[in-house]
Amino acid sequence: MEELMQKLKEQIIEQLNLEDMEPDDIGVDDPLFGDDGLGLDSIDALELIVLLEKEYGIKIENPKDGQKIFFSIRTMAEFIEEHKK
Amino acid sequence: MMEQLKIKTYCHIKNHQIFVDGRMVFEVPEAGSLKEFLKLTFKHFKPGYAKFYKMDEISKLGFMAAEILLQDKPYSKRQPEDTGVVLSNAHSTLVTDNQFQESIRDDQNFYPSPSVFVYTLPNIMIGEICIRHGFRGEQAFFIFENFSANFMADYINQLFLSHKIKTCIGGWVDQTQESYEAFLYLADGSEEEGQQYKPHTGNEIERLYNLIK
Amino acid sequence: MVYFIADNIVSPLGFSTTENFDSLLRANTGIRIISDGNLYPEPFPASMIETDILEKAFTGIPAEASFTRLEKMLILSIKDTLSKTDIDIRSERTGIVLSTTKGNIDLLDPEKSPEIERDRIHLWKLGRLITDYFGNPNEPVILSNACISGVLAINLAAGLIQQGKYDHVIVTGGDIVSRFVVSGFMSFMSLSPAACKPFDKDRDGLSLGEAASTIILSKHKTEQTNLIFKGGASANDANHISGPSRTGEGSFIAIKKALAEAGIGATSIDHISAHGTATVYNDEMESIAIDRLGMNKVPVSSFKGNFGHTLGAAGLVETAILLTEMKCNLMIKTTGFNELGVSRDINVVSETTNKALNTCLKMASGFGGSNAALIIQKA
Repeated sequence: MEELMQKLKEQIIEQLNLEDMEPDDIGVDDPLFGDDGLGLDSIDALELIVLLEKEYGIKIENPKDGQKIFFSIRTMAEFIEEHKK
Repeated sequence: MMEQLKIKTYCHIKNHQIFVDGRMVFEVPEAGSLKEFLKLTFKHFKPGYAKFYKMDEISKLGFMAAEILLQDKPYSKRQPEDTGVVLSNAHSTLVTDNQFQESIRDDQNFYPSPSVFVYTLPNIMIGEICIRHGFRGEQAFFIFENFSANFMADYINQLFLSHKIKTCIGGWVDQTQESYEAFLYLADGSEEEGQQYKPHTGNEIERLYNLIK
Repeated sequence: MVYFIADNIVSPLGFSTTENFDSLLRANTGIRIISDGNLYPEPFPASMIETDILEKAFTGIPAEASFTRLEKMLILSIKDTLSKTDIDIRSERTGIVLSTTKGNIDLLDPEKSPEIERDRIHLWKLGRLITDYFGNPNEPVILSNACISGVLAINLAAGLIQQGKYDHVIVTGGDIVSRFVVSGFMSFMSLSPAACKPFDKDRDGLSLGEAASTIILSKHKTEQTNLIFKGGASANDANHISGPSRTGEGSFIAIKKALAEAGIGATSIDHISAHGTATVYNDEMESIAIDRLGMNKVPVSSFKGNFGHTLGAAGLVETAILLTEMKCNLMIKTTGFNELGVSRDINVVSETTNKALNTCLKMASGFGGSNAALIIQKA
């Protein structure tokens, strides 16, 4: 799980063009969206859906499900672990 | 006498050099790519705008040109509805189009990217400039084979005469795989005592555009 | 004064405005399930012209070279429109404006139409092809401003005539349903799995469409029409590059400025042709703008349930229908609409209704936070 979360951080930084950001800058429980967190927006949410499919083979049909899944790195990792079985 | 638009300031970005009102203000001749040059430009001028890195290259180019054009200038303080942005180029968003095409080319590796797709419209760069500066006036993006100063002058003058804008950014922001250029100017109807201004005409815009080769 | 003297629509619902209008009266839609692996890995709904019908219509048209799908659509559209007037397209006093978002974007695929030169992907080249084909001596003006291109092009054309630059302006526009565009909208998850439902409570996304449309504006009146350009404007939301403003800011400002140019108040508007894409956010935003202007009772329609969203053609297709509605004093019911599903109380046309239509408003919005408005009146 730790490894997955670290990998996710790297992938997100890459995929979302979070320039000047290092994996250590992202706390695993930090909210990814909204002003308190990384400040990601609706297009970023759609990119994360692509990331999930491309890197983990998991398809999200309804973008609204994204809100729960993409809350934080940890919730993303948990979702991936659950669906990879 | 009928009020007329005057060109107040202008900016060129070309060959990894940036000029404001004809004077060089920044250059990075050793920068390899446009991407690298834009990153260094951003770090130098420090607009402090996190969303910069999400933009495609041509939007970054237009964004920085507007940023540098408007830095420390009073005209950006007009009412939001009174400032227009009218831009043009020859290649639309071809470089970004090719990038998106790559993400959908192969049926076996088919992952269309929404953050790339959104930038495959040339007017998005206008959107980025408007969001940054709060401009809510007229806006339009035109495609011409070459920069058409006469068209730009006529179109923006018409907007001014029909009271749709009081200030307008006009210009040309273009990019191909091999090259890029940006030329923006700000036209405004106001006058200050004792100042000499350039008239907002096709001839004058053409002359300023050609100042930097 | 600037008159609307002729128009055309080339779409799955017909190759003339009359054919399309009659289709709309019957609540027909061009939207059907498309199963074409070249366009997208899975079937999707869209409004597409049958290729053999397009080819058949194009046979017999003098052609020295090959034309792309979009070029055929545009040429057919311009030809039909011209046939309804006696203006001289070869004159210096006739301008041409082209409205398109992606032009011949399918040419990005090297395997597509290999006989066509790749540089026709450049929109200025597409414009030149049109002017050369028809023998027009002027440089075409190409507007590429997302989904407001069509309305913006009409506003531009009116301005060119008012400035005295031209006596007539042929405003033509088109976009095709392509792999590029379908994939892009799919990645935005903004496409409905079925035919779109504008302003409806069950609306769940837009449907793509392809069309070409042409409208000719002139400083000279004709016997067939007394419809004039009264005002037009555009405005940016300055909010987000893909989502519309939650307060309908740009839309509100554009309509206000168009009304100011027209010298009328919102109460003078008899009927609105909205952008009405049937996405949750667009329709909600438009209802807010309409409400802010106090136009809650004004009958408002969307034609996207019939044509789908035709992008660069949308503003022209929908204005051509609006012009016909005005000539007939008839408002066509909004196909796909059943029950109001926006937060503001607006009056969506749910039954085809007669009404004296003297002054009408066309709205448009697009990516990049762009918005445009156009007011048409009977002279």
